[in-house]
Amino acid sequence: MKDNAILVIVARFLIPLVMLFGLYVQFHGEYSPGGGFQAGVLFAAAWILFVLIYGLETGLRVIPLRVIYSFACLGVLLYCSVGLLGVILGGRFLDYQPLLASPQAAQQAGIILVEFGVGVTVASVVMMVFLQFARRRALSQAAGLELDQEQDRS
Amino acid sequence: MFLLVVGTAVVLTRDLLKAAMLFAIYSLTIAGLFVVLDAGDVALTEAAVGAGISTILILAALTLVPGRERQQKGHSLPALLIVLITGAALVYAVSDLPEFGNPNNPVHQHVGPYYVEQTYPDMGIPNMVAAVLASYRSIDTMGEAIVILTAGIAVYALLSVPPKRRRRRAAENKDESQ
Repeated sequence: MKDNAILVIVARFLIPLVMLFGLYVQFHGEYSPGGGFQAGVLFAAAWILFVLIYGLETGLRVIPLRVIYSFACLGVLLYCSVGLLGVILGGRFLDYQPLLASPQAAQQAGIILVEFGVGVTVASVVMMVFLQFARRRALSQAAGLELDQEQDRS
Repeated sequence: MFLLVVGTAVVLTRDLLKAAMLFAIYSLTIAGLFVVLDAGDVALTEAAVGAGISTILILAALTLVPGRERQQKGHSLPALLIVLITGAALVYAVSDLPEFGNPNNPVHQHVGPYYVEQTYPDMGIPNMVAAVLASYRSIDTMGEAIVILTAGIAVYALLSVPPKRRRRRAAENKDESQ
């Protein structure tokens, strides 16, 4: 779809905006509607739009496959390690109070960290699922079968 | 009302692409409904996930399958019966629902008031949804994140291997034709 000038220009304008809005939803989640989950989906949507316009190869050059996989796990790890940090510093699991001196600031820091973990995981998992569907067609064609005919026959 | 129209259209249409688009409209309408009900977080999720990502994923899956639903002859009576009974039970249950917006409803009597009163003194943040999600109920959210990761791994495991069985069948067909 690289040749369609309208699509390319609109996407060039939209992708940064969507990413910015994703970050806003991520880090402003305590004051306005939003949080890690929504932000992750928004961020992944920006990447998917990029892939739809510029093709999968370019998209994977921007964020390599391995990075997506590792980020999916790193998000959950960040969440768990914030919980364990509370235990190490003398609280209960996922207790944010020991993280900082002021209890309110500690709660806020804990929420932001945890939500960031959720956001990273959601973004990379959504990217991964889309990526698998997108690559599946290429894989099937590489395996030498025409999908539509295959469906008719079976 | 609009929801009903769109929902019926989703069921009736045979073109899967059209159904996916109609479903996105359906999700967006529901998101609008959530905004009207002051549930900003849910509305944002519904708009982003229901109308955005799931439509994209369905479209991506549609590239792998033929674009039209197969015509089925006749109707399945047990299915109709189950749907009718469930629908009737739900309609009956609606009459037992507590009055909308009444402060004495059970949902406002349990832990709700504690969260409403304590969120600001505890955390100093105004969004109660974020506070409940990430602090009061943070273990639930951790489970949610792990579920998402597991789902991603499952999709990866299912779809990343090349389609071997079908390749063999295609090879056999090629042999027969030769």
